[in-house]
Amino acid sequence: MFSESDAWRRGRAITHVLILIIIGSTSSLLADSTAYIGALVMPVSGPAIEDGVLVVRDGKIESVGARSDVVIPSGATQIDCSGKTIIPGLICTHSHIGMGGGGDGSDPIQPECWTLDSINVRAASFERARAGGLTLVNQMPGSGHLISGRTTYLKLRRGGKIDDLLIKDADGWPMGGLKMANGTNSQRSAPFPGTRAKSASLVREAYIKAQEYQAKIEKAVDDPDKMPERDLRLEALVEALEGKRIVHHHTHRHDDILTVLRLRDEFGFQVVLHHVSDAWKVADEIAAAGAPCSIIVIDSPGGKLEARDIRMENGVVLENAGVNVSFHTDDWITDSRLFLRSAALGVRAGMSRAGALRALTLSGAEMLGLDERTGSLEPGKDADFAILDGDPFSVYTQVQETWVEGVQVFDRSNPEHLLFAVGGRGAGDDQTYQCCGERGGK
Amino acid sequence: MMSLRILLSCLLLLLVPAISSASPKQDIAIRGGTVHTMAKQADGSWAAAIENGVVLIQDGKISAVGSASTVEIPDGTRVIEAAVVTPGLIDSRSVVGLAGWLNYDHDQDQLERSAPMQPELDPRDAYNVREPLIEWVRSLGVTTLHTGHAPGQLISGQTFIVKTRGDNVDQAVLKPDGMVVCTLGSSGFGNDGKSPGTRAKQMAMLRQEFIKAQTYLDKQAAAETDEEKDPPARDLRKEVMAKVLNRELPLMITAHGSVDIQNVLRLQRELGIRVVLEGASECYDFIEELKQQKISVIIHPTMMRASGKGKNASMETAEKLVAAGIQVAMGSGYESYVPKTRVVLWEAAIACAYGCSFADALGLITASSAELLGISDRVGSLEVGKDGDVALYDGDPFEYTTHCIGTIIEGVVVSDQTR
Repeated sequence: MFSESDAWRRGRAITHVLILIIIGSTSSLLADSTAYIGALVMPVSGPAIEDGVLVVRDGKIESVGARSDVVIPSGATQIDCSGKTIIPGLICTHSHIGMGGGGDGSDPIQPECWTLDSINVRAASFERARAGGLTLVNQMPGSGHLISGRTTYLKLRRGGKIDDLLIKDADGWPMGGLKMANGTNSQRSAPFPGTRAKSASLVREAYIKAQEYQAKIEKAVDDPDKMPERDLRLEALVEALEGKRIVHHHTHRHDDILTVLRLRDEFGFQVVLHHVSDAWKVADEIAAAGAPCSIIVIDSPGGKLEARDIRMENGVVLENAGVNVSFHTDDWITDSRLFLRSAALGVRAGMSRAGALRALTLSGAEMLGLDERTGSLEPGKDADFAILDGDPFSVYTQVQETWVEGVQVFDRSNPEHLLFAVGGRGAGDDQTYQCCGERGGK
Repeated sequence: MMSLRILLSCLLLLLVPAISSASPKQDIAIRGGTVHTMAKQADGSWAAAIENGVVLIQDGKISAVGSASTVEIPDGTRVIEAAVVTPGLIDSRSVVGLAGWLNYDHDQDQLERSAPMQPELDPRDAYNVREPLIEWVRSLGVTTLHTGHAPGQLISGQTFIVKTRGDNVDQAVLKPDGMVVCTLGSSGFGNDGKSPGTRAKQMAMLRQEFIKAQTYLDKQAAAETDEEKDPPARDLRKEVMAKVLNRELPLMITAHGSVDIQNVLRLQRELGIRVVLEGASECYDFIEELKQQKISVIIHPTMMRASGKGKNASMETAEKLVAAGIQVAMGSGYESYVPKTRVVLWEAAIACAYGCSFADALGLITASSAELLGISDRVGSLEVGKDGDVALYDGDPFEYTTHCIGTIIEGVVVSDQTR
């Protein structure tokens, strides 16, 4: 009997061989490059380029620059983009598209659960995200647990199964973070905590157990007989302790935000603060801690007590304090099709335009540990980008095309895609493979 | 009872002068780079915006509107400048004031769940004039709210119309009689297995309730002509339903799906009552029928969630209704979580980006809304004689990065925040 991980690794080895075969047989096709010519190119990693050129080969960006500076490869497919704006694909650091869930009601701490086991990649919400110019999402479980499970990083490639969208690390493992929450969402009746202090205490206990587990594994390096039995729950926490799994932490109230930072300092995990309604009250503390913030823009304050003081100024206050900021949709809380709007409202409240665009792209990539692959238009990075028909922060601008790794995944001129962008009869029909009524209710 | 009402009215009349003297109602001249009056020309089309215009407000009413060269500003008038000026915005379907921002039991008075039909519930008894969400929408140009009981029961109560001002509900009220709120479809099903639990049951219950109201009216009429007959015992519920039957009050029916909208159309044909269709995410399939039956539509906010009852919602529906000549306005609707209220300025902005002309989109939340709500003699456009309700902006009101820089109600600056 081989373990679950053996099975995974064996599958991975086969996949590698298959990929090599595929690449070998199609390399002549993929070697062709495509040049997107004449757009205002906003690479985010550098200043905007008028009359720019973006050259893509094999799903990667080959070159970016002004028309006068970029050599367009001979034989390249040339696409006229004059009058358009090209920006990096949008990255949502906190999304629930496909409605993947984590733990159930049995325990407030369930790091063994993995959203990738529950995401419906054929949901209409994925189509809407592509229509919004998104190319990468952090698919999160909910906030009703202290630790609700492992998150999944997904490239919005076209595909009918979750494996088509996964992002793999150097060892071939699907990448993701760990979802944690504090405040009122995760305070419920037993076995869930009823107070904030109990919440923190339960988290401490869990990480202490993980430290002990980690120590046992280290001791067993020279003595395999002492290796503890694999514990999926503790394994994910150890990955967090070792910085291999970024903690994505839902938190709203000023004191809850500081509690997250306290726990981080106690255990040394890497954390991104999510939502942070009260961020404007503790921006200096967040900056001093060097913690990045993934924020949301909501059309009116409140909805619950701990989000009463949320401000549209969170973006500018954090930016001015020197905090790395990204936006998120929390889709379905806000609509991925209008993700640009979140940053535009950030600009309305005072954020710099450059900072706001970065907060939709490169900053998000950094918060997912994927900035070497994506998030800006730089040679060598994945060709993840969106083509717009105007200023990214204008209400009148529409996303025309979305490209992931050099493949077009949304085209506004395609009526099937347009339906998801605009809505209408049939737009909400998930191509579901899960049975009806799974979410219950009416 | 009638005499009590008259007495109350007299008391109100006595109070009104005291209130107005308490608030600084100064004459104001607004100089706007562009003034969208939202007035209509004789042929029904929108009048062109006035470049370099002035809106003069005297004693709370608009006394002059025109280009700066034609409107004389009297000495002593406070002058306010803005790049763009529009009428104060009207949210044609809100629950703000009954539903509060905290979303906890103590600030959620928009829905009584004890019985499926309670049309007697009067929003004046539940409106919290100091609710922070009122201040929020006011700072984004909203001066008038059609608000009240939420969808969620077959008949959940009534609505009324307020200005977003005042220290008590009487100071806020613009029109105490609004509409009767009805919900068809699954979101109007009863709680805990209570009826109605199906669509057919909903319709049967509604029909029966209207029959009872008709009997009530018949008995009243019989008592008036025949001294031997006693009038029926007073019944608040039947009184309200009778007003719907008499076409004194419209029945505002929240319905989204195809079956539910067909039920709205059928009910209206059966009873001949005034119906306003609200929400209506799939109404694009029934445009001819709506037009034929002269049913007005308060369309869902453009950014309505594309799931559940809004799964087939389209951002282009407002434009389709306008193009068909249907009377249409836009409301913020009801939100159970976040955002606790939507902002109609931002919802109309998306409608503008998805097909509506600028004026038609602005009309959804100003003049067209006033017409639909029956308050166009007071608000909705910047025309002489109407209330001095104005919203000011530092650019195109619909642009994401433009700010609302001021809101004025009847000549009083009620918000001077830049938001």
